[in-house]
Amino acid sequence: MKPPRFDYLRPQTLAEAVELLDRHGGDAAILAGGQSLMPMLNLRVAQPAVLIDINAVPELDRIGRSGDRLSIGGRARHNDVFRSAEVAQAAPLLTVALEHVAHEAIRNRGTLGGSLALADPAAELPACMVCLDAEIVTASVKGERRIPAGAFFQGLYTTTLEPNEILARVDVPAAGTDWRFGFDEVARRRGDFAMAGVAVAVREESKAVAECRISLLGVEMSPRRMEAVEMCLLDAPLGTAANIVAAQSALRDTLEPIEGSEIPPEYRIQIAHELLARVIRAMAAPVSGKRTH
Amino acid sequence: MPRASTRRLVAGRGRYVDDIPAKGEVYAAFLRSPHAHAAFEVVNISAAAAIPGVVRVLTAEDIDPVCPPWKCVLRNAPDLQSPEQRPLARRQAVFQGEPIALVVAQSRAIAEDALELIEVEWSERPAAISLEAAAMPDAVPAHENLKSNICWRFEHRSGDPDKAFADAEHVVQRRLVFARKTGVPLEPRGILASYDPSTNALTVHVSHQMPHQFQLHLAELLGMSPLDVRVICSDIGGAFGIKMHVYPEEVAVCAASRILGRPVKFIADRVESLSSDVHAREHIVEARMAVNTSGMITAIDVDDIQGLGAYSVYPRSSTAEAMSALRAVGGPYRFDNYHALLRSVLQNKVMTGQYRSVGHPVAAAITEALVEDAAAVRGEDSIVFRQRNFLPTEAMPWVSPMGARMIDLSHHACLERMLTLVDYPRLRQEIDTWRQEGRIVGLGLASFVEFTATGAEAYGRAHVPVSSLDGVMLTMEPTGEVRAQCSASEIGQGIQQGLAQIIADAVGVRADKVRVALGDTAASPHGGGAWSSRGAAITGETAWTAGRKLRNELLNVAAAMLQTTAASLDLRDGRILAADTGAERIAIGDVARTAIFHPYDLPTGTNAQMSVSHTWGRDADPFLPTNGVQASLVEIDPISGLVRPLRHWVVEDCGRIINPLLVDEQIRGGVVQGIGEALYEICRYTEDGQYGSGTLADYLLPMAADMPDIVVAHVETPYSGSQLGAKGAGEAGTCGAPAAVLNAVNDALRPFSGRIDAMPISPVDVLRALGKLPAKAGA
Repeated sequence: MKPPRFDYLRPQTLAEAVELLDRHGGDAAILAGGQSLMPMLNLRVAQPAVLIDINAVPELDRIGRSGDRLSIGGRARHNDVFRSAEVAQAAPLLTVALEHVAHEAIRNRGTLGGSLALADPAAELPACMVCLDAEIVTASVKGERRIPAGAFFQGLYTTTLEPNEILARVDVPAAGTDWRFGFDEVARRRGDFAMAGVAVAVREESKAVAECRISLLGVEMSPRRMEAVEMCLLDAPLGTAANIVAAQSALRDTLEPIEGSEIPPEYRIQIAHELLARVIRAMAAPVSGKRTH
Repeated sequence: MPRASTRRLVAGRGRYVDDIPAKGEVYAAFLRSPHAHAAFEVVNISAAAAIPGVVRVLTAEDIDPVCPPWKCVLRNAPDLQSPEQRPLARRQAVFQGEPIALVVAQSRAIAEDALELIEVEWSERPAAISLEAAAMPDAVPAHENLKSNICWRFEHRSGDPDKAFADAEHVVQRRLVFARKTGVPLEPRGILASYDPSTNALTVHVSHQMPHQFQLHLAELLGMSPLDVRVICSDIGGAFGIKMHVYPEEVAVCAASRILGRPVKFIADRVESLSSDVHAREHIVEARMAVNTSGMITAIDVDDIQGLGAYSVYPRSSTAEAMSALRAVGGPYRFDNYHALLRSVLQNKVMTGQYRSVGHPVAAAITEALVEDAAAVRGEDSIVFRQRNFLPTEAMPWVSPMGARMIDLSHHACLERMLTLVDYPRLRQEIDTWRQEGRIVGLGLASFVEFTATGAEAYGRAHVPVSSLDGVMLTMEPTGEVRAQCSASEIGQGIQQGLAQIIADAVGVRADKVRVALGDTAASPHGGGAWSSRGAAITGETAWTAGRKLRNELLNVAAAMLQTTAASLDLRDGRILAADTGAERIAIGDVARTAIFHPYDLPTGTNAQMSVSHTWGRDADPFLPTNGVQASLVEIDPISGLVRPLRHWVVEDCGRIINPLLVDEQIRGGVVQGIGEALYEICRYTEDGQYGSGTLADYLLPMAADMPDIVVAHVETPYSGSQLGAKGAGEAGTCGAPAAVLNAVNDALRPFSGRIDAMPISPVDVLRALGKLPAKAGA
């Protein structure tokens, strides 16, 4: 378990980083937190010729709000996002979801951009970004490109990120007070990748759901908006029994679950179906206290 | 009393194999078979050998001339058929991960680079993987020319089980499936072998449980005298049984050092550990219990199919796991009729072998599941059923149907203590209340017998050179401090501290005045090392006697100095006292100094022995049975089927306890491994034999955040055949925990339709048992 040989480059500016990336492109891998890349290198699953370490690039870990937009740098560590007061206020879904992301030591190093660029189907943050209708902002020698999260994730470990692009930051619409969020997941052990998880965002107008976004993790190959499910919740108060049943039924019809013998697809569907109801009920009747599993 | 080495170990000052440097050392990496079963030819190594920094590329062609193959042979089981095994496989690979070539290089990274350039031609063969398929009469053979994969068949019958089943009022039966798991010590296997051609001597630092056994095997395989082979086991970061075998990698590294004449180091990485350390368990067991009209167990019948992997592990045999299970079935109970059938099956997978509590957790799970079922058909609480059927104290000694001598056990006392500990009636009421609130909660109990501190006959009659004796050598320093060399091994369990306390008490000094050295064949007498929870019971007993010998010598010198008799003196806390008044007479340091520096002051011919040694092994009782009860309270998440252990209790009887803190730590650690066995840990293979649990993301260990509080209590029934009365404690936690958790989960599922009969318990199976998912096709 030792990595194959590679050249190591440590750019000092974003311009230098994208320049290097443009030169090496598909032969290069970007090293940010290294929580997935280093094991892949050690297992020789990934064998890039060049490692571009972006840890010295300034500003890439910035978290800040301007107006109704929250921007989080691609190299922002999970724990910095988790502990950010601005994130808690503008995108509380992330704060809740990050509690489920791995363990303390991993959250200290792992980055938002790393998680999104890897696009593990069981990861929390890709599903959250889809649910938040965030925009992924990439940087290359040609400048910036903005990609809606819903279009960014293409499948198992696949995104629309080009080989010459760095995931520079994510722009998240800051939530107003009329938005409510819910998140829950089921993992085998605390901190494990989820066998299924649900992220829900709703905006209410006069006690009825006016806007709704739902995405799942760990169930399908890639996170996407569950529009058929969202429709079931619109124009009614959140959490009515009839709407939950309708949403669960729509979910069953919509899902294309990951195949596997250890965790069969019907299991993922079943827990997604139950989690959806659990999350919606919890949002409708928020109680103080911890998650129940 | 905390162990003296704690501070050093938690400060990161432990010295494990990889921390030990040797001048000029080079590093080994293995090319491993990517196929479960294949013929192969290494066709070209030149590209690999040409990489700068590569010292040598070795294959079976190079190693075979310096090291013959080995084969697991048990003289008392002549029918056991296990194929020959080599340090590097030759032309046939029989499990994925089997080493076929070895690169030695200036760094491990360079060695791994070179592995990718070795050219091998593979010709895949069909593989025997699943236990059920491999055991079939027309199964694909795991080795070429093998007539049957069933390499060992054992049948035992005592009493008249057929009649007992025919006459039974109730017969209950279960089919239980136990998956493969492995030990996962924090420190992986590792070895540093330094062969010095000028002296023809081999010095080996290795992470192993029994340095003397390993020394003998190395000497034999490499054609050397044990006098020229020194094996040193410094700090060992956990072992759990997986470090008591002869592995191809370790032998290949020693052979490579011999060939190269320089030190070679190999440290298994986590992937290699998970995919090449022995695995354990893997049984499919069909079991029945007969109960008569009075609710007494009259017979047990067990049919065990056990997976061995590609070879029966050398030298102790993979069959020990199942034989141990069959011996322990029904352990706590008195019953007269027993039938046991075992078929051990070769497969194209990693060898299985001894792992903490060898076989006993399987026996406990079977027995206690049947006990629950029997109590249920009788419509009574299983506690009443247990109390009625336990082997009573007044019936001991009693010989079990498998010939085990049951002595000094305390089944009723342990259960009584447990009922008080958990506040049983109240807890049952609470569970009823929780169930009314919609929670899925269950309580499970498991009584168990664990055979510990194995004596000489177990391996002696098989002609496997395994010592069940220990040697202890004590030297009095001129300061009054004691230096000890013992043949036990410190593998993290804390026996070093236990021995220091025993020696201190035996001599009459404080424990911090005793230094215990372990694990070096050049320094300590030949002896057994660490296995079978033997440290306190065997090494401890030996150390006690050695300590008393030294004490007598000191008292004799003191008596001469004080012109009195030894009988009128006592030695306590490093001081010689008058036995009657307790008045201090002289310090032990003065006695030692006199004996060592001023012997002319003593009467002629005193010749006081300031170093003494003692060797001891038990003549009677091939095993020391211990017993206990565990209880597990679990909750099932109705959405996911995940089982959460809420609380765990252990009442355990390991005889005389030397250090309560260490014993409780052993019990807790053992319980955690038992919970891992029940809920998480599994070594998975695909149908074509690809190993799927090679990282800790795939192989789920029990983690602290998911573990319950573990309450430990003791009943002390000393072993009647020794002075100390100590028995084994290290494996009891693992022995009973899986059974308790399984019973707890099935108790929680009682109001629903299904039942769990396989471990680790899968949340998918739990949802099926809850009726929330359709049953598995064909089930």
